[in-house]
Amino acid sequence: MNPFSSGTRLRDMIRSIRACKTAAEERGVVRKECAEIRASINENDPHDRHRNLAKLMFIHMLGYPTHFGQMECLKLIASPGFPEKRIGYLGLMLLLDERQEVLMLVTNSLKQDLNHTNQYVVGLALCALGNICSAEMARDLAPEVERLIQFRDPNIRKKAALCSTRIVRKVPDLAENFINAASSLLKEKHHGVLITGVQLCYELCKINDEALEFFRKKCTEGLIKTLKDITNSAYQPEYDVAGITDPFLHIRLLKLLRVLGQGDADASDLMTDILAQVATRTESNKNAGNAVLYECVETIMAIEDTSSLRVLAINILGRFLSNRDNNIRYVALNMLMKAIAFDDQAVQRHRVTILECVKDPDASIRKRALELVSLLVNANNVKQLTKDLIDYLEISDEDFKEDLSEKICSIVDKFSPEKIWYIDQMLKVLSEAGKFVKDDVWHTLIVVISNASELHGYTVRALYKAVLTYSEQETLVRVAIWCIGEYGDLLVNNVGMLGIEDPVTVTECDAVDVIEDAITRHNSDMTTKAMALVALLKLSSRFPSISERIKDIIVKQKGSLLLEMQQRAIEFNSILDRHINIRSSLVERMPVPDEAASRARRSGSLPASDSTMSKPSVSIPNGVTAAPLVDLLDLDSDDILAPPTSSGVDFLQDLLGVDLGSSPAQSGATPPPKAGTDLLLDILSIGTPSPAQNSASSIDLLSTADTLSSPAPSSIATTAPSGMFDLLDGLSPSPSKQATNGPAYPPIVAYESSSLKIEFSFSKMPGNPQTTNVQATFINLSPNTFTDFIFQAAVPKFLQLHLDPASGNILSASGKVTQNLRVTNSQHGKKSLVMRMKIGYRVNGKDVLEEGQINNFPRGL
Amino acid sequence: MGIRFILMVNKQGQTRLAQYYEWLTLEERRALEGEIVRKCLARNDQQCSFVEHRNYKIVYRRYASLFFMVGVDDDENELAILEFIHLLVETMDKHFGNVCELDIMFHLEKAHFMLEEMVMNGCIVETSKANILSPIQLMDKAH
Repeated sequence: MNPFSSGTRLRDMIRSIRACKTAAEERGVVRKECAEIRASINENDPHDRHRNLAKLMFIHMLGYPTHFGQMECLKLIASPGFPEKRIGYLGLMLLLDERQEVLMLVTNSLKQDLNHTNQYVVGLALCALGNICSAEMARDLAPEVERLIQFRDPNIRKKAALCSTRIVRKVPDLAENFINAASSLLKEKHHGVLITGVQLCYELCKINDEALEFFRKKCTEGLIKTLKDITNSAYQPEYDVAGITDPFLHIRLLKLLRVLGQGDADASDLMTDILAQVATRTESNKNAGNAVLYECVETIMAIEDTSSLRVLAINILGRFLSNRDNNIRYVALNMLMKAIAFDDQAVQRHRVTILECVKDPDASIRKRALELVSLLVNANNVKQLTKDLIDYLEISDEDFKEDLSEKICSIVDKFSPEKIWYIDQMLKVLSEAGKFVKDDVWHTLIVVISNASELHGYTVRALYKAVLTYSEQETLVRVAIWCIGEYGDLLVNNVGMLGIEDPVTVTECDAVDVIEDAITRHNSDMTTKAMALVALLKLSSRFPSISERIKDIIVKQKGSLLLEMQQRAIEFNSILDRHINIRSSLVERMPVPDEAASRARRSGSLPASDSTMSKPSVSIPNGVTAAPLVDLLDLDSDDILAPPTSSGVDFLQDLLGVDLGSSPAQSGATPPPKAGTDLLLDILSIGTPSPAQNSASSIDLLSTADTLSSPAPSSIATTAPSGMFDLLDGLSPSPSKQATNGPAYPPIVAYESSSLKIEFSFSKMPGNPQTTNVQATFINLSPNTFTDFIFQAAVPKFLQLHLDPASGNILSASGKVTQNLRVTNSQHGKKSLVMRMKIGYRVNGKDVLEEGQINNFPRGL
Repeated sequence: MGIRFILMVNKQGQTRLAQYYEWLTLEERRALEGEIVRKCLARNDQQCSFVEHRNYKIVYRRYASLFFMVGVDDDENELAILEFIHLLVETMDKHFGNVCELDIMFHLEKAHFMLEEMVMNGCIVETSKANILSPIQLMDKAH
């Protein structure tokens, strides 16, 4: 009985699966079949085994789990009949993998079959072993395989050879044992044995230097002769492909020669003739010939310098590149990338053709060509190439714009000869593909713009013009509103006109229009809107004549649905209303960020937060040092630090330019030394009862808001009510905390919903700056009682969290529960704390789950 | 290691044969096949036969309603793989006589046996159609 063809049930199953119209139907059929197979397996009838397994392989192919059939494979393999073994081994290779314990059970069967008298059984076992053997099996069965390499039948020898490649890859120590056997295979005539033998040698050379030396010395000449024989051999119908005898063997031989020639001038010399012969005499009008040529070129380029051969290789690639067949052009682009390494000039000659390939309708070719172009760019051709690429950006497919703009940006960034050119090109890219560029691109652009003081006027005018046309390009809009906010006065007064510019007349109203448009457009995202709001604040000072209109726009944002916008609008409005006298100093131009540091940070050589901390402070006129001002826009991409717009406290600190690092202790002892700080106190003191306490509280802020090396005097720290932030944030004062010897941190409201408020207060253990004790207070804001209250928290890997039990799990109406947390920050001083939390409780018999993320931890914890 | 998987997929994107030479979980396989099929089937005849996907290069070729897709390492000779696909199809043709999707579906195990004779552990074992088919013919005769 034939288990495969007569198994009508298998046919039936396939038919019913084919008949399925929907995936759900198919799942149903498969489920039913699997149930039957399971039942049949349990009955343990050996007659059904092969059919079950054949079905399982089909089910497996469709992508359904089939692990329950694994033991059946082993049973079939252990059975004496060949057909059973055959399908058993096939099942083994398809359904099992080397990581499964079951596989170990098969080692013994494999060993027996490798020594079987029937050579077909031996072949089966070799094939299975070669496909799935694990390191342990490789060790156990290596001697058998080694012996089989010398078996009389070539069909066994070839399988043993490939099986050995897997063995030596799994257990490289065994490589030595196979060197001699492998070299003997190279003398064979049988193509299967030759191709697998060459494969084994290649593998051995890769993992074992001695093997490489051995083959180089003993086999190079033999291999060259073999290649020569095959190249010149008469027509062999069995192996002929389009006039070439066994191109697969050609390619394998060329690959092995490549390894032997690489790094060895003598061996390279020996193979020059044959490589030249293959390169010149192989027919290149069919795919098979081109495959051989392709491999030959690769070998020529890899072996030691034989310049005449390389000319030949480059010419072949040139021919490939101009071929009409897209496959050939694809491999040509691939190879030219390697060729650049030794002959840049030759590749440059094909620049025009390569640029054409960037515009090819075929995505695979475009991608390759783009990679190649970016390698071709140098200081001499950057302008032309960038122009071509940007021209193409305008008309390219939407889905290619992301890749293309990214490459253009990196080219421009790397080879830009002058700043004005850089800015021009980036504006073009942002205009065409602003939707697609990554954040660091426009961050860098802002850094470059602010560093080019003589171009501020030019840039802001160019951006203004661009944004009128391309208002849908988010990042262009962002850069434009940032620049208009900073340099609005240069825009309307045409300051610093360059000769190349067309004069434009922009009124103050026009400039504000652009920003109003950005802030009101429904599809602007949060970042853009927040930036627009800051720009408006700045313009209110730059354009005093229309400050009322600006104020109106800001006031409108008080009703924004975005909490952040709402809060900022209220704060900015308060600055505009009550603190006109400090406004102009608050909205001074940004200090110029350090270009080198930003570059280094982007390339990852400098940890992001480091550069913020250690940046030299820049003095600005309002008397406070301004290092953290840079954070206002947070040009750094470290996502652990909350972006300023989403973290109110930081944002405000940064906006006000509070000096977080300089001399807190001193300012605590003496009256605040600078006028600017006075003003600061003024803003901060809105609504507090007594001036004395005010100054103390702001000093507390100054001394505690960031990482400090010198601890604040504890007397001040303990007396200071830390309601500071609450005044501005409109939150109720948090319970006073017990300050210890270390620096004190203001408590925060970690979470607030309509029913629940969570406050965190912090303390440090003396002598252990990494660890912060957090006392969490949960306050029930609702009129109902919460029961089964549970607080869970999670932190990123660089933090360790320990939770003590809470003081209770019932929160009566407006009741409180406290819980202590201990957080250890392994990146202390580099990264701020962040935490995700989940709160569960029962109210009125219903389970409630609240979740949130806490980003507003004070810095330096 | 060369060849990392071989897929045969019909025009509707249904897998008809899948042979992996490295271990992927069921979920990974399903996801990978879905992604590749979507990418390859969307391409037209003029476009080249190579698609880069994750860290694979997919070499594919269409024969009537059946797509043959071979996932290879980055340093593999793509043109040779294309030639290999053709050899595979010729071999199957020789056995089944103008092979079609149904032949492979209903003789999945035979298709696998042929592949087994041609590729082992991701490397080509044999390129002669006669040598590839002789064990299979022998088996057929035995029954």
